[in-house]
Amino acid sequence: MVEQILQVEHLEKYYQKKHVLHDINFHVDKGEVVTLLGPSGSGKSTLIRCLNGLEEYQQGTITFEGKQINPTEKNWQQIRQKIGMVFQSYDLFPNLTVMDNILLGPTKVQKQDKFAAKKEGLDLLTRVGLEDYANAYPRQLSGGQKQRVAIVRALALHPDFMLFDEVTASLDPEMVRGILNIIQDLADVDHMTMIVVTHEMNFAQQIADRVIFLEDGHILEQTPSKQFFSAPQTKRAQEFLDSMDF
Amino acid sequence: MSSWTIIQQSLPMFGKGFELTLWLSFVGIIGSIIVGIIVSLLQYFNVPGLHQLASIYVEVSRNTPLLIQLFFLYYAFPVIGIKFNAELCGIIGLIFLGGSYMAEGFTGGFNGVSKGQLESGKAIGLSRWQLARYIVFPQGFSLSVPAMAANIIFLIKETSIFTVIAIPELTNTALDLIGMYYRSNEYLFVLVVGYAIILIPLSIILTLLEKRVRYGSFGN
Ligand SMILES: Nc1ncnc2c1ncn2[C@@H]1O[C@H](COP(=O)(O)OP(=O)(O)O)[C@@H](O)[C@H]1O
Ligand SMILES: [Mg+2]
Repeated sequence: MVEQILQVEHLEKYYQKKHVLHDINFHVDKGEVVTLLGPSGSGKSTLIRCLNGLEEYQQGTITFEGKQINPTEKNWQQIRQKIGMVFQSYDLFPNLTVMDNILLGPTKVQKQDKFAAKKEGLDLLTRVGLEDYANAYPRQLSGGQKQRVAIVRALALHPDFMLFDEVTASLDPEMVRGILNIIQDLADVDHMTMIVVTHEMNFAQQIADRVIFLEDGHILEQTPSKQFFSAPQTKRAQEFLDSMDF
Repeated sequence: MSSWTIIQQSLPMFGKGFELTLWLSFVGIIGSIIVGIIVSLLQYFNVPGLHQLASIYVEVSRNTPLLIQLFFLYYAFPVIGIKFNAELCGIIGLIFLGGSYMAEGFTGGFNGVSKGQLESGKAIGLSRWQLARYIVFPQGFSLSVPAMAANIIFLIKETSIFTVIAIPELTNTALDLIGMYYRSNEYLFVLVVGYAIILIPLSIILTLLEKRVRYGSFGN
């Protein structure tokens, strides 16, 4: 029996007067990889930011692991430990070493044992090929390396759900593959549930179980990945795919 | 008497004024930084009641000249029975002035911490307090170092106003000597050199410090 980990119902989001998300309804199953596709400005970032409380929404409900979220900042603080997020701009903390970036959440927020957390941090760094950089500062890393650390920083909290917002968009082309492999590995090995926003169509096709296609703040379709990339249901999605040139 | 002799003879007096300027500046600056930190924290955390008080203080302090603040402390307070000696008046006045400048510098630093930093802090579950403690304050203080450096130099220069309440610091020493011996060129020369000896090395040190802190915190 498939267990749903996230349900979004009738979500409406405005930036002041501007209506950017319209009646958003979808769910994500445990272990499922959903890619969120759509033209620039269609509301992808806004939508996934709503899912970990970085944006307020004006109507609708989000249910996570069976509990409807009461969207206060205090509650979000708890839920964010379960919903990891990685941003396009990585945003490591420049004043902390790589290891301290990773340990901040586990030791300060979750009060994990520092020694064990450190060991796990090192294991995670090894997994992304950065075991030698534990004591480096972010300024000493390339963009691709920073993004790996940002992923590790999120994973160190043992999230049940990961959100990736165009995490390769500001990287040099030769760095992109490595990051995508890490995300793929998370899906294949850890069966991590995730929503991935990306412009890498080959990657989306390869990793996604299901595609949610967003345009102008409306979900136009939710289609199993195979079908979406071969024969999407809507003309707009077909045009979008044609424009992506892959 | 030659100019040189005049200058030489004045040096012991200037030496005392120099020491006093240094001492008053030092105490005033340390006090201003402490007040600045407290005020900026009250404002950052929006502490009920106290943050409005802090804002009123900042407004009054920034919008009145040190000269008037000193007159007030030195001449008006005794009327209601509170009397400080001149040096204490000077220090209190300087801290009253400098505290608000420092507070605005720190607040500017806190506000300068990027949205991306705050969001990635939130995304790993940091509470408001943890966000402040591990992200906003360390980065914000680093960002505020240039403002703090400018304020330090500014406050040292402001000590020259202490002469109006007859504190025998550098400027007061020079004005006294000119009043007695009418050799303004010589005494003004020593006065300028006196401030330069303090301010030039200090501003070099502060510039280096700015670079160091910036690199340490942000890597550029
Ligand atoms: N902070 C904001 N304030 C006002 N409008 C915003 C803000 N962020 C995004 N928008 C607008 O919301 C819409 C959706 O943006 P976004 O979610 O960033 O789209 P995407 O990630 O798909 O490119 C766009 O029209 C954008 O201009
Ligand atoms: Mg976006």
